[in-house]
Amino acid sequence: MDAANLAATLATHSARVMRWKPWELAVWALIWAAPFAAPQHAALINEIAILALFAISLDLILGYAGIVSLGHAAFFGVGAYAAALLAKHLHPDPLLGLAFGAAVGAVLGALTSPMIVRGSDLTRLMVTMGVALVLLELANKFDGLTGGADGLQGVVMGPLLGVFEFDLAARTASVYSLAVLFVAFVLLRRLVHTPFGMSLKALRDNRLRVAAIGLSVQGRLAVVYTLAAGLAGAAGALLAQTTGFASLDVLEFHRSADVMLALVIGGAGWLWGGLIGAIAFKLMHDLISAITPQYWTFWIGLILVLLMLVGRERLFSPRQWFKRGGTT
Amino acid sequence: MLTLLFDGIAYGMLLFVLALGLAVTMGLMNFINLAHGAFAMAGGYVLVLLMQRGGWPFLAALPVCFLVPALLGAALERTVYRPMYRKPHLDQVLFSIGLTFMAVAAVDFAMGSSQQNLQLPDWLRQRWEFGSGAAMLGVGAYRLFIVVVCVALALGLQALLTRTRFGSRLRAAVDDPTVAAGLGIPVNRVFLLTFAVGSGLAGLGGALGADILGLDPSFPLKFMVYFLIVCAVGGTQSITGPLLAALLLGIADVFGKYYLPKLGGFIVYTLMIVILLWRPQGLFTREAR
Repeated sequence: MDAANLAATLATHSARVMRWKPWELAVWALIWAAPFAAPQHAALINEIAILALFAISLDLILGYAGIVSLGHAAFFGVGAYAAALLAKHLHPDPLLGLAFGAAVGAVLGALTSPMIVRGSDLTRLMVTMGVALVLLELANKFDGLTGGADGLQGVVMGPLLGVFEFDLAARTASVYSLAVLFVAFVLLRRLVHTPFGMSLKALRDNRLRVAAIGLSVQGRLAVVYTLAAGLAGAAGALLAQTTGFASLDVLEFHRSADVMLALVIGGAGWLWGGLIGAIAFKLMHDLISAITPQYWTFWIGLILVLLMLVGRERLFSPRQWFKRGGTT
Repeated sequence: MLTLLFDGIAYGMLLFVLALGLAVTMGLMNFINLAHGAFAMAGGYVLVLLMQRGGWPFLAALPVCFLVPALLGAALERTVYRPMYRKPHLDQVLFSIGLTFMAVAAVDFAMGSSQQNLQLPDWLRQRWEFGSGAAMLGVGAYRLFIVVVCVALALGLQALLTRTRFGSRLRAAVDDPTVAAGLGIPVNRVFLLTFAVGSGLAGLGGALGADILGLDPSFPLKFMVYFLIVCAVGGTQSITGPLLAALLLGIADVFGKYYLPKLGGFIVYTLMIVILLWRPQGLFTREAR
């Protein structure tokens, strides 16, 4: 196949997969209906939207580029602190703060991206986790700026677009977070179907081969890592803005672990995985901690163990439970 | 100064014994087991139960702290760990985080979330001082005991791995399970034994460290990072690597917490990042694989 033919085939392929399928539109319509149909759950919807944005940003590097990270909270945390500090000291406009949080996250991602290029899975796990832990200690140390263990209080946001005030029932917040999630989802959906997005999957599957056909592995990893960091920063900014609060909690290890769990429950490697995982994780969290508030981690642990032992495909399709074999 | 150095060494030796089992499963069996701290916690709680409820003497209780986690490890290896060996690293990480969560919640349920207190026997609570001023060396009997036990364990394990038939079988089974099985080496049993010994060592380390590190249900999560740092920094191809890494880490941590207490773990984490950027496969590996 010559180059022109190949390009044409690729173009029709990407045009076909890029088209929105009916079920995708239907799911989004349902998601958009949620804050209006159930305004009493607006706070939960807001949390889900933020976790979903965080999860699809992790999916970009884990599911698409194949980088294991246990420290994604680093970007979430700096985004949250950046947005909170901006609102407190300079300007209370939410969109400005969102952009600032995303930008700070992206800068940190760009700075730390050389760290994820080298080494084995274990090295990457440790280095990404280490960056988040170092930031946590720094945020604790510079308590004049961040409020230390007490957190950064008194963050008051201005009205969204100059019109919609943030209220205690989180109605504005839930619509705001959903809108940001939606925009990010649409953009990423385009991105992963571009040649760049496809080269990421190729890189995940065989790094050596990607290098052999003349593509820059390190450049691609740096770009996607920066992008994912920026999105995680935006998710952090959303959390700080809609709760009016940022504390050391946003940088802690359990943030990184939670988002990883959400993504894995939904399935890494497709953007819907982050979204579905976030919904499932938050609902599960709410349900189980309503029953046993203290021991809910036991059940989340059990679900995780079963998920990994049995395999997600087999666990969620009962027809396969009794078949033997299968390496998923 | 010297006192700090000695405390750092004792702390490092403790970390070494705790991390050793992890280094073996990770380096030899290529399995990232984040639930390792749960076995250590099991050892610590066995010690507390035996000494406080059973009235056992300290020295008699220690071997049990090795045995119980070892049996537990063997049982789990046989049932849930073995299917995970062939899966990707990410699956192993998530699986073992899940196990850790379950262990933390279960211990919390059974024993309560408060910190456990140990009553050490009197002969371990003495303290000697040598010299004076900056060169003063204060030696706690318990820390000396830890150093002695850990050095003995390190030497014993090194001998076990390099001098015995079991050691060579293990190394063969790791390098190529298929060929090893073809030569008549019972690969599954070798792995089972190795995993059990690793878990037992973790339990012993947890029991020895209960007084220094503190023991409560969050133990596996709190110290998971430290075990992993020891293995990542030291490399997992030999016993010497984790040993030196654990000593380095222990000394750096004790000094850091003494001179710059506000920075907490900052020094250790930064040290790890710098070392891993410099040598991604660990400090003491012979060559990158």
